[in-house]
Parts: sequence; structure tokens; C-alpha cells
Amino acid sequence: MFNPEDLVLEAKHVTRKFPAAGGRTLTACDDISLNLYRGKTLGLVGESGCGKSTFMRFIVSLDTPTEGEILFKGRDITKMKGEELRQVRQHIQMVFQDPTGSMNPKMKIRDTICEPLLNFNRISKSEVDAKARELLEMVELPGDFADRFPHNMSGGQRQRVAIARAIALEPEIIIMDEATSALDVSVQKTVIELITRLQREHNIAIGFIAHDLGLIQSFAHQIAVMYLGNIVEVMPGADIDKCDHPYTHALMGAIFDTKMDFSKKIESIEGEPPSPLDVPPGCPFQNRCDCCKERCKQEKPSLVEVGPNHQVACHMFR
Amino acid sequence: MLLEINDIDISYGDNPTVKDFSLKLGEGQICSLVGESGSGKTTVIRAVLGLLPGAGKVTKGDILFEGRSLLGYSPKEWRELRGSDISMIFQDSGAMMNPTKKIGSVFLEYIRTHKDVSKAEAWDMGVKMLERMHLPDGENVMKSYPFQLSGGMRQRVGIAMAMTFQPKLLLADEPTSALDVTTQAQIVRQMMELRDEYGTSIIIVTHNLGVAAYMSDYLVVMKMGEIEDEGTRDHILNGSQNAYTQKLLAAVPSVGGERYV
Repeated sequence: MFNPEDLVLEAKHVTRKFPAAGGRTLTACDDISLNLYRGKTLGLVGESGCGKSTFMRFIVSLDTPTEGEILFKGRDITKMKGEELRQVRQHIQMVFQDPTGSMNPKMKIRDTICEPLLNFNRISKSEVDAKARELLEMVELPGDFADRFPHNMSGGQRQRVAIARAIALEPEIIIMDEATSALDVSVQKTVIELITRLQREHNIAIGFIAHDLGLIQSFAHQIAVMYLGNIVEVMPGADIDKCDHPYTHALMGAIFDTKMDFSKKIESIEGEPPSPLDVPPGCPFQNRCDCCKERCKQEKPSLVEVGPNHQVACHMFR
Repeated sequence: MLLEINDIDISYGDNPTVKDFSLKLGEGQICSLVGESGSGKTTVIRAVLGLLPGAGKVTKGDILFEGRSLLGYSPKEWRELRGSDISMIFQDSGAMMNPTKKIGSVFLEYIRTHKDVSKAEAWDMGVKMLERMHLPDGENVMKSYPFQLSGGMRQRVGIAMAMTFQPKLLLADEPTSALDVTTQAQIVRQMMELRDEYGTSIIIVTHNLGVAAYMSDYLVVMKMGEIEDEGTRDHILNGSQNAYTQKLLAAVPSVGGERYV
């Protein structure tokens, strides 16, 4: 399913530590290795504060990791600076959770969409109008929206504009940070359909952050589950029901679904993840895990292959 | 019937925002209002608690609580009713708390407004309620500021406050939308326990159809301020012929369901 020649971005052993008060350090991402493939979606799920956004921000160079490297077509983007970095940015674009906050309220949609193209001299000013219409139609909006302002549109329409802006430069990678969580379910469905269509047509690699496993499994080729800065399981999106890690099971158990058995009690793990400032030694998930053994408290499990494209970090599987 | 909403119109200006809305709720029943943003779900439950913002008012129909019309209540009667017989949980319980006051001081003020007890007794009541809501170490939570708690903990504090006087009716406005899936499951379970323990009736406003379906006996689907479809859970999920209901249901992502790739 994943051809090595389709590999466009490779994150190797990425770690990010933030200095915190009292001389302590907060480890937001701990030794993360993930790959993005052309035309495939990587879904990253986990609870708030587990470091999923921090990781994705490295890919768009909004932040740099303290250790590790991120290779885009073989070149390490974490070491790049100035014009070299600027040139790479056009290949890696981002869509944010809140489309209202990510657009200038005083700029017309036409200018918002075409700004990246003008920045990289891809088009001249006289072509802006035609290009904006073309891009709007690509995201299934009427071309007349070019004359509108962000506040004249609904949330779903704004998110489509944000997607149009991201694809304007024909990037190879798009990172989407909870791009649909601010939208209604019915709108969410149409936006997901749009994203998957654009991905097929333009062969884009997508990194999608979500906290809803039910949503992400419907369109991701590969799912990585993150807990407290660590990747605990990586698996193919189609095989979500074959998940192994206790945390992934807990996330699965917490999904509310209209087709579920309502007499069944909803199962969910108790409590909340510990503060990332005091990560316990051993397995990060130990204090909420039903199968916690003595070994889990001392030794941190590493990712091991348990099936094709399926890795789990748990002492029960090795 | 505990609550009867009879054919009400609610308007903020000249045109009604909610039109011809009716609902009957018995004791121990859980009812969900579902629909897209702007369909008037929140407006309806705010009207029940007399908390319509700005110029909003009920222009037609009547709301009866235990057989008595709520529309004619005086401010004093409202004060006695709110927080004791009818309570509300908001989407972000952190935002409704005073950020400069500790949980304990807000909780004490709330309890002592409704009940003539000493500070020490009120404190104990508060701690007990927090611990009932599965908050570890209630004493410690009472001594914390809202910003020191996580979103899930704040939401539990909100529910603990709302449940202190065992209200007959609990109104919940998107109580789990701002939470993680695991925390959402815990909060939903706790709200179900409230019904089982105290016989509280609950109206929950949500856009999460999965949560609505799991919790409620009765569902009301709203669209553009009007009731588009309503019925028991079984009817809405399996028997409804309404095109809008079916569209909403089809949009819910489901494990093992439709895949786009």
C-alpha cells in the first residue's frame, strides 16, 4: 500500500522539549518517527495536549524540534533558513481549525486565496480574478464568492476557502489541524468528501489531526495514535477494528455512534492523562491501563511490528 | 407532565427565530434537541429558564412547569426556581465561573443563596457533590481557581453545582462539545447516572447525534427554528422517513461504515 518511492516526508526521531517553570522540562513530543506518502492521508489522533499539533507544526516549519530531523524529499527542513526555507514552504501548506481566525477579515476572498500565488510570483496581478474563480470552483463554491469578505460566509464555506488557499500553490503536502471540528456533521461530511476528491486529483499527501477516531478512520490510509507525546500505535486506516493498544481500544470504546447497541454501557477509561511535566517512568499510559504490570512501571515500551504496516508500543505485544 | 412547551414562538426582533415549538417532558425522561448551528436549539432551552439574551422574548404560546406558566414569573420567583428546581449546564462551565474567585467561594455563595446553612455546612455539601461527580479530592478542587482545572474537570464542577439541589429538570447546552472523546464518554455516563439516581429529567442540546441517540428517550430534530422531525429514539434512528433526518444520520461517521478512500 505504501511504496517507498511515494515517500515525500520522513520525520525521524523527532523530540521537542519546552523549558517550564522551576527548571523542569515539558516533553511535548518524544522520539516520533512518522512518514507521509504521496496521495495518502496520515491521521493523527489523541486527546488534547498530547502533542499532535506540536508535531504537525514542525512539518510546516512553524516550530523546530529540539532533536531529530524531518526530511522533505531527502533534505532536512529543520536546518533550513531564509530563502531556502521560503521556497520549501510553498510545497507544504496548512489548513487550520478555525477558518475565521486564519483569514484577514479586511481582505476579500479573492485576495486571501491568491496571496500565496502572488508571494511566489506564480501569477501576475491581472490574473488574480480569474485564478480566484478557478480555485473557488475547485472547492465547489460559486466563483462570485471572490468578491465577498470572510464574514459574509458560513463556517463551512470559509473552511472551503481555507482549503482553496492551501491548494493554490499545488503543494505536495497539506497539514490539516482539526479542519472539520468547528463544523456541523452534515457540513463536515461534505468537506471530507472535498478533501478526499482533491487528494485523488492532485496526489497530495495529507496530515490530518483529529480527536475523533470515528471520523478519521473513514478517510485515513494510515492512523497514528498519540498519547502524552508518544506514538503508541500506528495502523492502516481500514483495519481500525484490529487495533491492539489498550489506549486505542479505550478511544474506540468512547465513540458514540447512531448504529451502536444502546443497551451496552459506554466504556471509557477513567481520569485524565497525567501532566506532561511529570511523565512517569515506564509506559506513559500505565496509570489508566487495566492491564498494567510491574514491567510497565519500569520500562518504556517501544514500537514493534505486529502486522503489515501495524506497529504497537505495549509490553503485551512482543 | 413536568414540562410542557405549548406551541411557542420566540423572537429577538420582528421575525420569530423559533416558530411553533412544542414539547412535553415527563419525569425522568431525557430528550435531545438536535440540528445544525443556528437552528434555534439553544434559544428554546434558554426560553425555558427565562434567560433569553437581549430583546429575546416568547411572543406566542406558553411554557408550563409542573402545570404553572413560567412566562408570568416575577424576578423573585425566577431566582427561587433557577438553580434549585431547574438547572443548566453550559458548553464551557469554565467561562461561566468568575476567574478571580476560587471554586469553593463560588460554590458557597450559590448554596447559601438557596439554602440557609452555615459556611462550614455549605463547604461540606460542596465537597460531597464534587466527589459524587468523580472528581478526585474535592477539597483540593474547592481551593482551586477555574484556570487550574482541565476542561473535563471544570465541566464536572458545573454539573456538580447544577445538581446540588437535585433539580427536577436539568438543561444541558452542548455539555460535551468542548471535551475530548474519552472525557465526553465519562460525562455522558455521569449524566445518565443522575437520571437513574435522582429521577432528573434532562433536555440536552447537542449537534452530536451519537451522544443524542445514546442518551435520550425522545429526539427532536430542528431546522431553521422549526421542528423538522420528532419521535422516540427508535423512530428517529430506524423508522423516520424525513429526508433531513436521514441526511443528518448519514453524515455521522461510523466505524465500519462508509469509507471515502
